[in-house]
Amino acid sequence: MSGTPWTQHLILVPVLLPLLTGAALILVNETRHGLKFGIDLGATLLLLATALTLFWRADQELWPGPMGVYLAANWMAPFGIALVADRLAALMLVLSAVLALAALIFAWQGWSRIGVHFHSLFLFLQMGINGAFLPHDLFNLFVFLEVMLAASYGLVLHGYNVTRMRASLQYIAINLVASLLFLIGIALIYASTGTLNMADLAPRVAALDPADHPLLQTGALILALAFLTKAAMWPLGFWLPSTYAAASPPVAAMLVLMTKVGIYAIIRVWPLAFGAGPLAGFALDALFWGGLATLLFGSIGMLASQEAGRMAGYGAIISSGMLLASIGASQTALIGIGLYYLIGSTLACAAFLLLAGLIERIRTPGAALIALTMEAFAIEEKPEEPVGVGIPAALAFLGLAFAGCALVITGLPPLAGFIAKFGILHTLLQESAGVPWPTWLFMSLILISGLAGSIALMRFGVRTFWTSGHLQPPKLQASEALPIAFLLGLCVTMTILASPLFAFLERASHDLTQPNTYVDRVLARPALPSPAGGPQ
Amino acid sequence: MEAVVAIAIGVLFGSGVWLILRPRTFQITIGLMLMSYAVNLFIFVMGRVWIDKAPLTLKPGIPAIGDYADPLSQALVLTAIVIGFATTALYLVIMIGARGLTGTDHVDGKEPKA
Repeated sequence: MSGTPWTQHLILVPVLLPLLTGAALILVNETRHGLKFGIDLGATLLLLATALTLFWRADQELWPGPMGVYLAANWMAPFGIALVADRLAALMLVLSAVLALAALIFAWQGWSRIGVHFHSLFLFLQMGINGAFLPHDLFNLFVFLEVMLAASYGLVLHGYNVTRMRASLQYIAINLVASLLFLIGIALIYASTGTLNMADLAPRVAALDPADHPLLQTGALILALAFLTKAAMWPLGFWLPSTYAAASPPVAAMLVLMTKVGIYAIIRVWPLAFGAGPLAGFALDALFWGGLATLLFGSIGMLASQEAGRMAGYGAIISSGMLLASIGASQTALIGIGLYYLIGSTLACAAFLLLAGLIERIRTPGAALIALTMEAFAIEEKPEEPVGVGIPAALAFLGLAFAGCALVITGLPPLAGFIAKFGILHTLLQESAGVPWPTWLFMSLILISGLAGSIALMRFGVRTFWTSGHLQPPKLQASEALPIAFLLGLCVTMTILASPLFAFLERASHDLTQPNTYVDRVLARPALPSPAGGPQ
Repeated sequence: MEAVVAIAIGVLFGSGVWLILRPRTFQITIGLMLMSYAVNLFIFVMGRVWIDKAPLTLKPGIPAIGDYADPLSQALVLTAIVIGFATTALYLVIMIGARGLTGTDHVDGKEPKA
């Protein structure tokens, strides 16, 4: 152990801790909710602390690079498995821990008690997500994504009814096929370059014989198909809205993060493999146009949906489209702002999905149907009850939280969504040699998606909170209101701290454009000397 | 040899694709299994087609590359088989559950109107 500072082992904690805790929780009897919840909460808090420490260490450049490299079992990088924590990875770990904390607390009163092994699956999901943020090897990434997906299959089914069964039947089939595509992509990349190690890949792609380029390109595209299925790019994302709408609210909130894992993988792999050299910028055009199509699809879907769960799903699709198009536009400055947008929209979508679970309580199916018929026949409703009754606090909270989510998702001022959208538009207009027409198209689609989002969400809000005269003030528990307030509070904090956050994201995206530093840092990481007296 | 392997993988994968486009859950399961067989074989031959070579050589000294088959793709395929097996088993459970809850084996959970 000598020679390794303890902080080095912190990189492994986000994977190891949920694995061990989740496994231990299987042994605890299901009747002991409090104990299970307590252990899960403790583990999640520890994960948050670890993620924040890693974040701080990466940003203070306490590691050279600045990235922490962990060599599993002390094998040197191209041969063994290395885990890498740099600024971007640490940021995503923090995001994952924050969302998990909110979803877990939300699930305390109800959702975690209605089925078995909720906490174990929840921790395994965190393990998969965290693992997917840290990998350094394509096959390793595959394994972590499978862990994440396997846990999510169980969680989507949590609370077991016909809707969830039907949705997860399709969700699982699609993801199994995507995993097979992932494997084919990996195999082709291995066949053409002879490595799966991401740091080893970069120099080998640059030195590849042009005759082998088609094989590598095919492999990379098939790999990207698997990532983009997770990120729900059009036309690979039809599974998403029905899955989100069917899953229980805390699970759906975690699913929002899972779509971002696909985008993260692309941000990670693409600059390394196709950052420079003869294949630089390969397939970014496809990403850009795919992103635009996704934006359009998301906007149309948003206008067409009536339930909160589906709306949040289309909100996530819109944010995926925006991010993919930003990556495809291949301007370095856009990546930083895109990451800001990613954080804001993830937090808001997750908060909205949690909120949707609470709104369902005041919107009984009957009320929803009546509201629909009213719109279809344009009947004006005359409120019979006197106006001016004191608003119960629960309802006020729901309304305010809904407004907050809507502001971030649609990108209206003054919250984080607006800053992100404004930043993207501003950067797109900075083109010195005139703005080309695809960029104009992108900008108009950004605005159209915002408009569609505001129309759909406003319609939903008006119909839920204002039109029905006989609202039962729902019973809200603090453990259900707090996580939503927490997530929205973070969105507000993001708005206030926009300047330091932007500076940080600027540094993080700068790291991404320096694949050479990454390669040197990972491959040069020495294995520890064997302990004295041990076998050499 | 390569052509035979390639055709075999292609036929397996093609049959799998056809089956997963069918509306019954059992067909989808079989389709997924065929596809995962094809993919496993595919990973296997991506380490090149070797005949009668050991994955590791125990001779002293630095081994010549031609003496042994690529061990990495064999390791990869082992992991892929295990994961594929587990997820297919999970899918079977859900398939049975869906059959019990909805009373039909159609993927949409209801019979199409004739």
